[in-house]
Amino acid sequence: MSAELAGALQPGFRNFLLGVAAVVTLSAALAVAGRFVPPRPAAAFRTANRYVLLTVLALIVLFPIYITVLNSVLQPNEIIRRPPTLAIWPWEADWSGYSQAWDQGDVSSYLLNSAVVTVLIVSGQLVTSILAAYAFAFLEFPLKRTIFVVFLATMMVPFEVVFFTNLQTVATMGDWPVVGDHVGLDTYGALAIPFLATGFGAFLVRQSFLSLPRDLRDAAALDGYGHFRFLTRVAVPLSRPAIASLALFSFFSAWNQYLWPLVVSDDKRTVQVGLRQLRGVALDQINVTFAGTVLAALPLFVLLLAFQKQLVRGLTAGAVKG
Amino acid sequence: MARVVFQHVTKRFGTVVAVDDLTLEVEDREFLVLLGPSGCGKSTALRMVAGLEEPTEGEIVIGDHVVNDVDPKDRDIAMVFQSYALYPHMTVAGNIEFPLRSRRVPAAQRKELVDAAASALGLEGLLDRKPSQLSGGQRQRVALARAIVRRPQVFLMDEPLSNLDAKLRVQTRAELIELQRRLETTVVYVTHDQVEAMTMGHRIAILRDGVLQQVGAPQDVYARPANLFVAGFIGNPPMNTIAGKVVGDDGGLAVGLPGARVPLPDGIVAAVRNAGVEEVVIGVRPEHLRLDAGGIVPATVTVVESLGHERHVACRLDDGTLVIVRQPSDQAAPSVAGTVHLATDAQHLHVFDAASGDRVGAP
Repeated sequence: MSAELAGALQPGFRNFLLGVAAVVTLSAALAVAGRFVPPRPAAAFRTANRYVLLTVLALIVLFPIYITVLNSVLQPNEIIRRPPTLAIWPWEADWSGYSQAWDQGDVSSYLLNSAVVTVLIVSGQLVTSILAAYAFAFLEFPLKRTIFVVFLATMMVPFEVVFFTNLQTVATMGDWPVVGDHVGLDTYGALAIPFLATGFGAFLVRQSFLSLPRDLRDAAALDGYGHFRFLTRVAVPLSRPAIASLALFSFFSAWNQYLWPLVVSDDKRTVQVGLRQLRGVALDQINVTFAGTVLAALPLFVLLLAFQKQLVRGLTAGAVKG
Repeated sequence: MARVVFQHVTKRFGTVVAVDDLTLEVEDREFLVLLGPSGCGKSTALRMVAGLEEPTEGEIVIGDHVVNDVDPKDRDIAMVFQSYALYPHMTVAGNIEFPLRSRRVPAAQRKELVDAAASALGLEGLLDRKPSQLSGGQRQRVALARAIVRRPQVFLMDEPLSNLDAKLRVQTRAELIELQRRLETTVVYVTHDQVEAMTMGHRIAILRDGVLQQVGAPQDVYARPANLFVAGFIGNPPMNTIAGKVVGDDGGLAVGLPGARVPLPDGIVAAVRNAGVEEVVIGVRPEHLRLDAGGIVPATVTVVESLGHERHVACRLDDGTLVIVRQPSDQAAPSVAGTVHLATDAQHLHVFDAASGDRVGAP
């Protein structure tokens, strides 16, 4: 009877049952021998649960990235085949999509534009945030609190609300003498200027400055350092973690901008806008779009891997003082 | 080298008066200790000398110049902070060198000065370390080295020993005294610890609620406190104080204490008569009290603390006033709850006006 039942089961399932039986027998034997101390079952179960959950979440997050990378090295006809070939690993990778995106798709110049604009925005935000943060942290001036609250309030205003005002401003700036050619529509200036200062940055750095002991400021004053040299020699070096977080955040948001560059740029397209263009150019070659997407995301991946710690610290900044 | 003078200096923070009409002269090469409980204004006074706070009224003089409008960096002073205020991202050498860099001292000379300051404080082996890798005592010495490296006219020290453990504090105390003697610099030193004040200062200035109470050599302040506050603040255990009424006594005067009547010594009688006070407080240092069968003030022993070399006997008078007697440990210890009699010599009696707290008799 049991032999019949066993024969009727799928071989895989049978092996599974045998495995379970073997494990149960072995543990029982060890327990009887008095040498087996089970690792507190409740705690072990909880840990296992947690890992399973995290694994599932990680898979959900990683799946689109996986599909993108996979599709970028498949032939277009393989991508659109129904039902899809479920290739876990593209053994016959076709890298031509990348060179096409880089050369014909102009991704190289899009990347350059994105890089220039991002560097402008990040350095602008760092300078304005650090200077504003210093004023709010160390200087005394009338209406300090009120002005700081106004600063913070700008964080609540979505960019879309001031979108057209900014557009108008940038368009007008194109008529300015001397600098007009660098700040009008379709210039790097136009792409960067609305983002050169943020309330968030001033807030983040101010919190870090406030955690510096007042004695350090006093000692520096006695040692002969004025505000600017105290800022550059003491306050900024000691706030490096917060400043690094700010740089990363502003890098990510600048790099990933879409709406603003789409409207103000034509020749100076950034990579996110360029990807959209890529799809329009090569409809039958969807793998090129995927390749371009991977190229556009590459700098972010590198930064993410290199600065994970700072990012996490930035997310929790201000939660605990000090 | 220079003197430091406070001339009618007042500092207000809003409605709070931190320092009230302080007039005090710190002489050239003097080690002056500003002593008082926390919140008495001593740190504020020091910060005004440093230029970190501006006096609301009055003038501060360093050397021969009024410095009210001079920047901290141009006052030629150095300060040691309670927290040491070392720059955590710089090495020991970087910290010591920092004040020289801002003054554009050439690199070669800078190195020479840093090495000299480091060797004066025994930091030679630690120059490449960061402050976080140092012990509290070492950090303290780095802070001192940073202060002495540019040879200022005046050192300001704000409770520099209070973050050290007790043993290290005693050792560093001695080192600081020696350092001051070697550098021949004026030092203004702030502390709330009367032992530090007694052992280190050439003179002590005692502040309370922003008001200067008394200035004098440690022994003078101890022997002749100007008022009840100073009497209670200096000395450990503090001076015993017992309230009483002045009464006539055979042509002289006496003070009626709980359970006894203590005749006043002749030297004080005239002063008490002149002052016309009736309610007084009698003060006696614990070491000037004896347990003596012939004593005139009865008391009940409540606690006997043995410190090895001596004993502190806490007693209560009939009205509940607590009195502490310092007794050499070679004498027989009294039994707890037993009745004893207290005696003292007339010259050790201090008399204070109960209403104002001021000392009665020549200061």
